[in-house]
Amino acid sequence: MAKITLDSLRHSYLDAPAGDDDFALKRMDLEWKDGGAYALLGPSGCGKTTLLNIISGLLTPSEGRVLFDERDVTDEPPDRRNIAQVFQFPVIYDTMSVYNNLAFPLRNRGVPEDQVDARVREIAEILDLSNRLRTRASGLGPDDKQKISMGRGLVRNDVNVIMFDEPLTVIDPAQKWKLRSKVKELHQKIGVTMIYVTHDQTEALTFADQVVVMQDGEIVQIGTPVDLFECPRHTFVGHFIGSPGMNILPCEMDGGRATFQGVTVETAGTPAAPAGARTEIGIRPEFVSLGATGIPARVRKAADIGRHTVLDAMAGDVPVSAIIDGAAPEPGSEIHLVFNPAHTRVYADGWLAMQESTT
Amino acid sequence: MKTQNQRGWLFVLPVLILVAFNALVPLMTVVNYSVQETFGDNLFFWHGLGWFEDVLRSERFHAALGRQVLFTATILIIEVPLGVAIALTMPRKGFWVPVCLVLMSLPLLIPWNVVGAMWNIFTLPDIGLLGYFLNNVVGIDYNMTQSPLAAWVTVIVMDVWHWTSLVVLLAYAGLISIPDAYYQAAKIDAASGWAVFRHIQLPKMKRVLTIAILLRFMDSFNIYTEPFVLTGGGPGNSTTFLSIDLVKVALGQFDLGPAAAMSLIYFAFTLLVSWLFYTIMTRDEQ
Repeated sequence: MAKITLDSLRHSYLDAPAGDDDFALKRMDLEWKDGGAYALLGPSGCGKTTLLNIISGLLTPSEGRVLFDERDVTDEPPDRRNIAQVFQFPVIYDTMSVYNNLAFPLRNRGVPEDQVDARVREIAEILDLSNRLRTRASGLGPDDKQKISMGRGLVRNDVNVIMFDEPLTVIDPAQKWKLRSKVKELHQKIGVTMIYVTHDQTEALTFADQVVVMQDGEIVQIGTPVDLFECPRHTFVGHFIGSPGMNILPCEMDGGRATFQGVTVETAGTPAAPAGARTEIGIRPEFVSLGATGIPARVRKAADIGRHTVLDAMAGDVPVSAIIDGAAPEPGSEIHLVFNPAHTRVYADGWLAMQESTT
Repeated sequence: MKTQNQRGWLFVLPVLILVAFNALVPLMTVVNYSVQETFGDNLFFWHGLGWFEDVLRSERFHAALGRQVLFTATILIIEVPLGVAIALTMPRKGFWVPVCLVLMSLPLLIPWNVVGAMWNIFTLPDIGLLGYFLNNVVGIDYNMTQSPLAAWVTVIVMDVWHWTSLVVLLAYAGLISIPDAYYQAAKIDAASGWAVFRHIQLPKMKRVLTIAILLRFMDSFNIYTEPFVLTGGGPGNSTTFLSIDLVKVALGQFDLGPAAAMSLIYFAFTLLVSWLFYTIMTRDEQ
């Protein structure tokens, strides 16, 4: 097991990258702590898989170094890095039994057969595959196949990190939940570093201690699920996480205070937007409520989602969502929106622009 | 109780009629000839299974069958591994993919009798490029119209030249359908090149290779045109394969009864081997 450090890493798939846009991964420095449960979250094409393949050694970065503890592994092939990777589509060796699949990585490394046997049985036990060791792997369902891919990583007791590249894509919804808890359980039991790539916020937030949010090859924010929810450092994070996402409302700055639709909005601390920047207010629908006074708006529609109602309103020509308890006003009715100041922040050119951090 | 719609039969009918007229009816006339004897004048006499017994006991048939099995076995042993090996060395993407594919398809596009004629001229000792080269430059005494060994080697090389591409193209289709993740996982699992071939590439090629072997078996077992044009079955009878012999019996000697019996035995043998092979190859797929 090891701490993984990415040192001024940058990657382009082109031979001679010219501008910043040619880089699939923009310059980044990052440390993954030993034993952590990380999620790498971002939309398709944001560079998650590229980053993962650089850590596993399937790709060599254009610039920068990858360190496992203090050892430079940048030029080492995947099999020398002691990592494991679970792919989007289950990879199993069709002609082999479950047992032989699990034993394969050990046998390739010349581990004595008695140790292979002990290890395979131990891992099969953890993954609930013990009663199917002798069946052919090709006959199993996708969830069991993913467990085998995971198992092939786990059998090696020196494994540094297990990486999951959107592993639940082909699993049915009912099995998804089970398999996700299994991964979480494995992390608690074995304590090996895990990096879980996904574009599904629920998967990321339920699995990880630390979530790394990426956009366009750049790390936008690293934080606990609570951080990401309560204090997004970028409007992208606010919008991407949460359902519905954070309201991003264009605003004017007037003497250090934000005004939206002509109404001054109280914020959590003092905004510090540089002059000339595009400024926006970010507030989550959870912290918007109805009041007697506030920002005037008209209700467009209300959706009952069980315990709450998601209200879709228009403040002038800007859509605002709110999650409210109790009876919702009729569509078309005039209302006033109140923003909870403790959760209202100003963003300049997309980035959080507040003088003091509130978390 | 489930109601069943029988209208489907109606749609199958045209095909059924077509197959009946181009396969079943001609086959049945062959069956008809195989159990009768004639002395001309369109008079036929019932001969039972006599022709079948004759054919199965005939040394000539045994010899032709032996040559046929040897030929088919030899070309399969050469073409299948060679085809797989070529497919493995072909690029998976980039500029060279279409170039390789077109080059590979070229031999398949040439009509069979042209292939025979090409190789006939190619191997002539006095004017053929290969024949002249072997005799006068390398110094090997090579003349396939006189030496049975030379004739055999030529027929086999010609078939390999003509048909290995088919195996290559099918194997290649199997190979490129393997997702990258398999190779990546194999790298992570520290699998050797041999292990990748044995546990990933070969299993993924199994279906297409089954088809390739079946096609090559049937085609080579029924081969007629190319060796007929190349060697005419000679020297002597040394390259007289089953279908060449069959044509001699049926059209040369006009022995319709024995020829019909031989056809049916030939057909049954091809069908039996194909069926056995396919059943064995697919037995664990349900």
